[in-house]
Amino acid sequence: MLAKRIIPCLDCDLGVPHGRVVKGVQFKQIRYAGIPWELAEEYDRQGADELIFLDITASHERRETMAKVIEKTSENVFMPLTVGGGIGSLSDARTAFNSGADKVSINTAALKNPDLIGEIAEYFGTQACVLAIDAKRRYVREPGKEMVDTPDGECWFECSFYGGREFTGVDAIQWVIEAEERGAGDIMLTSMDRDGTKDGFDIELTRAISDSVNIPVIASGGCGNPDHILEVLRNTNASAALAASIFHFGEYTVGEVKEYLRKGGVHVRL
Amino acid sequence: MIAIIDYGMGNLRSIHNALTKVGGDPVIVSDSRDLPGADGIVIPGVGSFGDAMRNLTPFADRLFDSVDSGTPLLGICIGMQVLFDRSEESDNTGFGLIKGDVVRLPEGVKIPQMGWNELTIHRDTDLLAGIDDGDFFYFVHSYYCVPEDRGIIIATTDYGVDLACVVSKENVHAVQFHPEKSSKKGLRLLENFVEMTRC
Repeated sequence: MLAKRIIPCLDCDLGVPHGRVVKGVQFKQIRYAGIPWELAEEYDRQGADELIFLDITASHERRETMAKVIEKTSENVFMPLTVGGGIGSLSDARTAFNSGADKVSINTAALKNPDLIGEIAEYFGTQACVLAIDAKRRYVREPGKEMVDTPDGECWFECSFYGGREFTGVDAIQWVIEAEERGAGDIMLTSMDRDGTKDGFDIELTRAISDSVNIPVIASGGCGNPDHILEVLRNTNASAALAASIFHFGEYTVGEVKEYLRKGGVHVRL
Repeated sequence: MIAIIDYGMGNLRSIHNALTKVGGDPVIVSDSRDLPGADGIVIPGVGSFGDAMRNLTPFADRLFDSVDSGTPLLGICIGMQVLFDRSEESDNTGFGLIKGDVVRLPEGVKIPQMGWNELTIHRDTDLLAGIDDGDFFYFVHSYYCVPEDRGIIIATTDYGVDLACVVSKENVHAVQFHPEKSSKKGLRLLENFVEMTRC
């Protein structure tokens, strides 16, 4: 049986030599968590199933720095590696793959040019294209939107782009269905309402999206402890959970989280 | 020297890095004339069956010669599937080094299978030394191999069907998962293969 995946996310500031993994605390001060490939090796030892590197600077000149980070990581870390943040074209994707990435995640570029999903899938395989979504709850009913019941009332989920700075009016449920048809291989689903709060994943969002598509959904945003991961993997069809700060600052190891999940009845690789 | 056949369909950095990591001396080979000197040959897993066979055809004669002379061969993912007679994915025929078909994963499971799945080991072999029943490996595939001779199946994995994921027929070995993406256990399998090339 396929195991549920635990994926540490490495948010990379590439404006410093070699890059640094960072974590914003309440969107303000940035804490440095370490050198990307050193953290990657540590997560490999701990039993992570996959790693995601996000370029939070997402600027063009940093693309080569990210390629170096992945090259360096792939010398010693042998698990699937995803690169995201500022991938805007097939050529950006190719740079990432040539450096050793197995998948790229795209968000803004896909919303602006949905054909990019199909292009990446055609050249590199559907498994290589991760569609990232930053979704926010909207409690005001609008025509044509998929309304979902939540304990806080009925809402729909709006996609944002440009790192959460702008909104698109696009309904996240409708967008994932389209993205699956176009050839996306994974959905990396981040709740903007929960991101950075450590209050737990948005269960209703994750359930609504993972029930709408057949491709795997990676739940993200709000993880503060192992119980949150257990909750989202038990109560939704998510195939994976992503977390950053609980791993970066040594609060929990990936192994500890997996032990906890296995005791809770979730099938994980140990 | 271990030849990694480059059939022009993607980057081979991971498999090259992994073989290097376990003490092998891999060389990426894009000309079939470089095959005869190899102590071992790896057909990596990139692309689709049809594209792979089109690009691999120029290697066929020298590949058969190497296999006949006993050189250990390891096919990975698509590199496993092309060793069989034919695939539902394409009209191209495979190498036929292993008798059997390649068929699509059954209805009712997510396709492709993508992620970590467990091995059920049916037979101990050198290739799986240090690898136990229940160990996880990383899979990405939409088709799977059905060998005519069930006796060559070393391990299976359960994904809607019990599918053959490690087969060995004399010096021809093949795995459906990606050992170069399967962390410690994957490296162990590659190390075992590197050992075979030294005999």
